Amino acid sequence: MEATNIIKRPKSYIYPAVFILLIVLPKVLPTYQLLLIQSGITFAIMCLGFNLLLRYTGLLSFGHGALFAAGAYSVAMMGKYLPSLYRVEILIPAAICVSILVSALFGFICVRHTRIFFSILALALSMVLYALLVKLYNFTGGSDGIRVPIPWMFGIAPTGVRRMAFLTGNYHYFLVCIFALATLVMSAIVNSPFGRALQSIRDNEVRAEMIGIRVRRYRWYAFIVSGIFTGIGGAMWSFVNGHVTPESAEWVFSGEIVYMTLLGGFTVFEGPIVGAVLFTYLKLYAVSLTQYWMLIIGATLIVIVRLLPDGITGAILKLFAAMKRERNKGAS
Amino acid sequence: MLKVSNLVKEFGRVRIINSATFQIGQSEIVSLVGPNGAGKTTLVNLISGHILPTSGKIEYLGKDVTFASPYKRIKMGMARNFQITNLFEGSTVLDNIRTCLLSAQEKIHKAFLPVSHYKDITTEAIEILNIFGLSEKDKLLPASLSEGDKKVLDTAMAFALKSRFLLLDEPTSGVATGDKFKVMDIIVAAIRKGKMSCLIVEHDMDIVSDYSDRVLVLSEGAILADGKPSDIMAQSSVKEILFGVR
Repeated sequence: MEATNIIKRPKSYIYPAVFILLIVLPKVLPTYQLLLIQSGITFAIMCLGFNLLLRYTGLLSFGHGALFAAGAYSVAMMGKYLPSLYRVEILIPAAICVSILVSALFGFICVRHTRIFFSILALALSMVLYALLVKLYNFTGGSDGIRVPIPWMFGIAPTGVRRMAFLTGNYHYFLVCIFALATLVMSAIVNSPFGRALQSIRDNEVRAEMIGIRVRRYRWYAFIVSGIFTGIGGAMWSFVNGHVTPESAEWVFSGEIVYMTLLGGFTVFEGPIVGAVLFTYLKLYAVSLTQYWMLIIGATLIVIVRLLPDGITGAILKLFAAMKRERNKGAS
Repeated sequence: MLKVSNLVKEFGRVRIINSATFQIGQSEIVSLVGPNGAGKTTLVNLISGHILPTSGKIEYLGKDVTFASPYKRIKMGMARNFQITNLFEGSTVLDNIRTCLLSAQEKIHKAFLPVSHYKDITTEAIEILNIFGLSEKDKLLPASLSEGDKKVLDTAMAFALKSRFLLLDEPTSGVATGDKFKVMDIIVAAIRKGKMSCLIVEHDMDIVSDYSDRVLVLSEGAILADGKPSDIMAQSSVKEILFGVR
């Protein structure tokens, strides 16, 4: 009985299991590994947002790095210019507000187009933000970026707290909670009527319009929601990294976002999460292995696109489905 | 209900619709017939707001909608199907209908509770699938439906918008000849039950005479004849255009 339940509703078991695993991680993992996982989790929040556009709305954005940077820089700039408000409970909503503003502006321009035109326009806009971050060095710190100090967190002062202690302590639990919340909210969104509207726009724009869905407006909403998630990812990442630089707005990073999502499998809801965490490791080990690490990343991408178009999670699900079929065949 | 006067549509220098004038009344089922290239689909596209006319006027429920957006017309209770089926290929048959119902009932913007939470929508969608004989195929993707079933689903989606006026562009094209009457029985019964007005584009004259209250004959963009099916079929000019006989 129990076994069939797990097969029928695996999420109700896997989600809590992963949550508990993440919560106990600081007790079992060395600090260095934990920081890697944390950075993977922040990317996962971002990729969830990215995939709302790619999988559910059918729009491939090559400019999501800019939205990530918007979140990260809003934290860093608050630390630099408004130190009295440098508290996590203010920083995250502030990052969300900035993300909404930036993505509303970018989205307003981009959603007038689809396919490659949308992608290129998003890329162009992200490079505008990149150029601003680099050139306005008096304000943004230029290519040196801005240091991100330890913030106040729910009334706990950062004085005398070392960064590692902060990251492996309270901040880790906060990050895991935000991640869990983001996953649940995104899962609710894609299964809601609004999510259906987006998928119908992806499937058939003309018909969607003819049943009374405002196609452009809904694409814009999707872009903004996607931007919020990406911005939260950026804000959470800035604390883990301790430093923000304009590179996060550059097209290379935007490309990495696409890569992470494809690696994990964009057709599966959880795919981007898996992809983001795996990518963090893949990149690290590739870099430590050889100076031609980009070759490894590129070769992996070719393998994924050619052999595993549904990414790693898609391949695993297919494997399970095939095993189930085999078993049923054996039974009957 | 619908009043079209002196409607003209030109593509470049070609005049596709040439001063078409007609009316459609409350709960009236009107067929639009005409040879290939007469402009039937263009006329449907003009009425649904898919394309805009060069000149002329379209009034719907007493309001001028000549240049209104498709969205506005849909919200005024106008719905259409498509001659070449236009479905949501990535969603199941049930979800195709549910999306239409959610949109029609202004619930499509809700973003937190899952679609399955709106039980009345699901019940209604299943009812509609029952009416159109698709209830056993609710979990299939459109790609695995027969061409005839796709057509029926396309019409069911327009029907699900609970409109007062339905534009059906060849609801039976692509349906196997033997099934055409079955499909039309289903569609027309549903329309009569919902007291909708309807403009059907159709080729098959047997279907036209069996199911419509009135027939419009379109030829080279103009309305050539307008009247009861039996009267229309008796006119020699109509016979000549439709069948090539005198």
